[in-house]
Amino acid sequence: MADDLAKPEELLENSGYKRPATGWMDTPIDIRPGMYCYASNPKSVEYVGLPNPRQWNPLEDDWKLPENWQEIVHKGIKERLEKFRSFKIFMDVCVRCGACADKCHFFIGTGDPKNMPVLRAELLRSVYRNDFTTAGKIFKSLAGARPLTLDVLKEWWYYFFQCTECRRCSVFCPYGIDTAEITIIGRELLNLLGLNIDWIATPVANCYRTGNHLGIQPHAFKDMLEFFVEDIEDITGINVEPSYNKKGADILFITPSGDVFADPGTYTCMGYMILFKYLKDKYGFDITWSTYASEGGNFGFFTSHETMKRLNSKMYAEAKRLGVKWILGGECGHMWRVINQYMETMNGPADFLEEPVSPITGTKFENAKSTKMVHIAEFVADLIKHDKLELDPSRNDNQIVTFHDSCNPARGMGMLEEPRYVIKNVCNNFYEMPANTIRENTFCCGSGAGLNAGENMELRMCGGMPRANAVKYVHEKHGVNMLACVCAIDRAVFPALMEYWVPEVDVTGMSELVANALIMPGEKDRDTDLRGEPLPGKEDE
Amino acid sequence: MNKNYMFSLIAVIVLFLIAYFGVETAGLHVLFGIVIPYLAALIFIVGFVYRVRDWAYSPVPFRIPSTCGQQASLPWIRQATYDNPSSNGGVIVRMILEVLFFRSLFRNMRFELKGGKKLSYIWEKWLWLFALAFHWAFLVVVIRHLRFFAEPVPFWVQFLEYLDGFVRVEFLSDVLQVGLPGVFMSGLVLLVAVIFLFLRRVFISQVNYISLASDYFPLFLIMGIAISGILMRYFIKVDIVGVKEFTMGLATFSPSIPEGVGVIFYVHLLFVSVLLVYFPFSKLMHLGGVFLSPTRNLANNSRAKRHINPWNYPVHVHTYEEYEDEFREKMIEAGLPVEKESN
Amino acid sequence: MVIDTYPPDTSRFIKGQKDPFANPVGNTTFEGLQTLFDALFDDMNREAIVSSLDPIIRIRAIQDFTPSKAISFIFSLKKIIREIANKEFPDDQVADELFLMDSKIDNLGMIGFDIYMECREKLYEIKSNEFRNRTYSAFERAGLLKQDCC
Repeated sequence: MADDLAKPEELLENSGYKRPATGWMDTPIDIRPGMYCYASNPKSVEYVGLPNPRQWNPLEDDWKLPENWQEIVHKGIKERLEKFRSFKIFMDVCVRCGACADKCHFFIGTGDPKNMPVLRAELLRSVYRNDFTTAGKIFKSLAGARPLTLDVLKEWWYYFFQCTECRRCSVFCPYGIDTAEITIIGRELLNLLGLNIDWIATPVANCYRTGNHLGIQPHAFKDMLEFFVEDIEDITGINVEPSYNKKGADILFITPSGDVFADPGTYTCMGYMILFKYLKDKYGFDITWSTYASEGGNFGFFTSHETMKRLNSKMYAEAKRLGVKWILGGECGHMWRVINQYMETMNGPADFLEEPVSPITGTKFENAKSTKMVHIAEFVADLIKHDKLELDPSRNDNQIVTFHDSCNPARGMGMLEEPRYVIKNVCNNFYEMPANTIRENTFCCGSGAGLNAGENMELRMCGGMPRANAVKYVHEKHGVNMLACVCAIDRAVFPALMEYWVPEVDVTGMSELVANALIMPGEKDRDTDLRGEPLPGKEDE
Repeated sequence: MNKNYMFSLIAVIVLFLIAYFGVETAGLHVLFGIVIPYLAALIFIVGFVYRVRDWAYSPVPFRIPSTCGQQASLPWIRQATYDNPSSNGGVIVRMILEVLFFRSLFRNMRFELKGGKKLSYIWEKWLWLFALAFHWAFLVVVIRHLRFFAEPVPFWVQFLEYLDGFVRVEFLSDVLQVGLPGVFMSGLVLLVAVIFLFLRRVFISQVNYISLASDYFPLFLIMGIAISGILMRYFIKVDIVGVKEFTMGLATFSPSIPEGVGVIFYVHLLFVSVLLVYFPFSKLMHLGGVFLSPTRNLANNSRAKRHINPWNYPVHVHTYEEYEDEFREKMIEAGLPVEKESN
Repeated sequence: MVIDTYPPDTSRFIKGQKDPFANPVGNTTFEGLQTLFDALFDDMNREAIVSSLDPIIRIRAIQDFTPSKAISFIFSLKKIIREIANKEFPDDQVADELFLMDSKIDNLGMIGFDIYMECREKLYEIKSNEFRNRTYSAFERAGLLKQDCC
């Protein structure tokens, strides 16, 4: 009997498929706790002068919208159609082939059809057709058009804040339709009505005021780094005291504040400091940190193009004020999309800076000669290639490492090999995850684009499931216990994701691994890594 | 769901009836043979040009290519020159691969654990294959039809016909088949592919769920065009000489209605005309859009060469001075350098 | 059956896509069910049952399911087994075995409930501790919080 029954295939296959009861246009929005982030705090919205600051709650019927909200949105769409060819084309050319449908981590994780990239875009496209196209005006719902009602607006809010702008769908789209672009515009429209989430709005206001998302004031920023100095001295016996806001330094260093203030990014931050000290002692490398531009990340990017520009402006402004030659950027995902694809267009030209040249190897960073900002992975890969770092990778032998390509460096930049090259040179145990989950096919952490709040934990666990699943695979197959990444949001959110799905795996940044392996001139015999864990062979001491 | 394709199917059937009775019963040969085709061609050309111009003249404020491979960075790291192009040459190759071979659809691959735990990957290639077959077949069919609009028929059209036909007269019995056309692959491939594209909209649930009436309509229309064309060619013979006389008349702007061309020809012609009219107002414009998509046709070189946003405008920023004014005392106390020692 | 508890349109995806990385839900469910069946007809080792049920329920605990729906798939095993038993053994000498099977499945249901609760508790633990783990612990290590608290 057992043999006849034990066929889970049958269980899966004999379970007849039924048609959905209602089409997507007729399926009402259901805002589910755990899947959405809290509404923006009016004080934050007001501080940066964005529209309609007020206390509101997504679960209540009344969203306290301005009276003419439909008109505002209509005008907003019109204006953006005139400003962005991308938006116009992406509204027009989708053939709904479905190639993107199962590429989205949120669809895979939640199973909600409106999380298929094509439907996420159709939410906005349907209104576009209704208001702006001949076919939509004549044929209405047959042409996929529908008027903008309050329910449609709520749907926009709910689903545009269930997209991490990771661009995975765009890789598979035959027309390159990028849902990130549609989400960006969708969020811009929502922001015209004051419909943001607090996890974005408050970091934006903080960053505007204090220079970083957490609102840490300059003295506390310094205190935090000073603390790392002490910690590093305990571990290595070397004082790595950095310089702050130093005029005339050669290079300005900017990294996301998450590295300074949140574990385990803090260890990555310690990694930067150790590396810079090493380069300073050996090669006279002169780099400074800024408290004014103390945020690499840019939550303005998740608000509107204008807000992105306002926050990003600090990088060039500070580089100019300090009179540095060029800027070095730390490990961050969307920060690098902004730098690579937006910064100089928005806030350039950076003619007050020099074309970046590594003062140690003499390498000209041709690919950054106009923007004048170099990624630390590019910089360190060049150092290692030229044999400028003394490394002992065996110090990382307790880590069996895999690398997660963060969405933005992968699909908004193409920085795939540099971090791998670095990691393979500082670690002896490295395993790739399956090929359709890395590089340009990488799965998002599920918490990017401002969705790394606490209240939407179910959403984050769903969205991160495909990534966690691939990590679990290499964990089981190769014993991987360390997930490396070059993104501060990744470092902030992966610990929770791993804790739920693959609790045996920890999270690190590239620079932490580098610093563990880096042999500093005059250092003491290290017993522990930066986290205070015993180094291989030192467990008994 | 059903509503969507039923509506489209009925619309195409109604078009058929209109053409059939319009010609057969009402005798409106001039309307269906001359007026509508001219009007349709005009709407198509004006509409298509208008839409493409409209796109082409809208600004590209930011350089936002989807990078699908290694960037150009350090000289010893091998760049994915066309999946992540940094030069115009790379972009051209990327666009050629995209437009002619549907590179992005081709990426649609998946991994499978076969048997035990052995990992292998296969391409999820059906959509790619049939989409490619559909578009290429459509192109070949369109080019073949140029024979009706040029005298003498250009050699390359004849050559294409030669390649396309796979059962040619010379292989058949002289007695029975003389003068019969060979079978053209393109027409059959087109029909098979369009039926596949239709069936996947019906049977693949995700695709079914996202499909609109405006997705089914062109499929039915193209099916109608293909079927009526195949019928004319192989089954309900029309007077080819008469047709050519007629199409040459259209092409030289001296239209006349030939005698004895069957009603099926008018059905075919109306379907084509409707497709032309429908084209600029619909998703079929992806034909033009694919060339202009900013995530595909731009080089990923905005760090090496500044991209200009034509509507870039100044914004409110929080200056260093404002920042220092707010935090000066704390900064001084913490030993951070300041521009001014006191307010 | 399990898959059918998802929206029909999704269930098609879950059933259709065989790739374990493109389709973790389907793959996990499938694998979990396989081992679950083995355990059901074997000695009902709790560990084996937990390891097969956990991945399935872990997913359902964060998706849009009520607690009852999240573990209801276990009880639908009864129906499946009856259908097959009726087909295979129409002479109904299996009543005793079915009774035994039912109680085993009830047992699975209770274990499933434990797992579901554990997952939800884990989730709330992550929710409430994440910010603390991330930020406060960094601040605390740095001694920046001392003067503010207590």
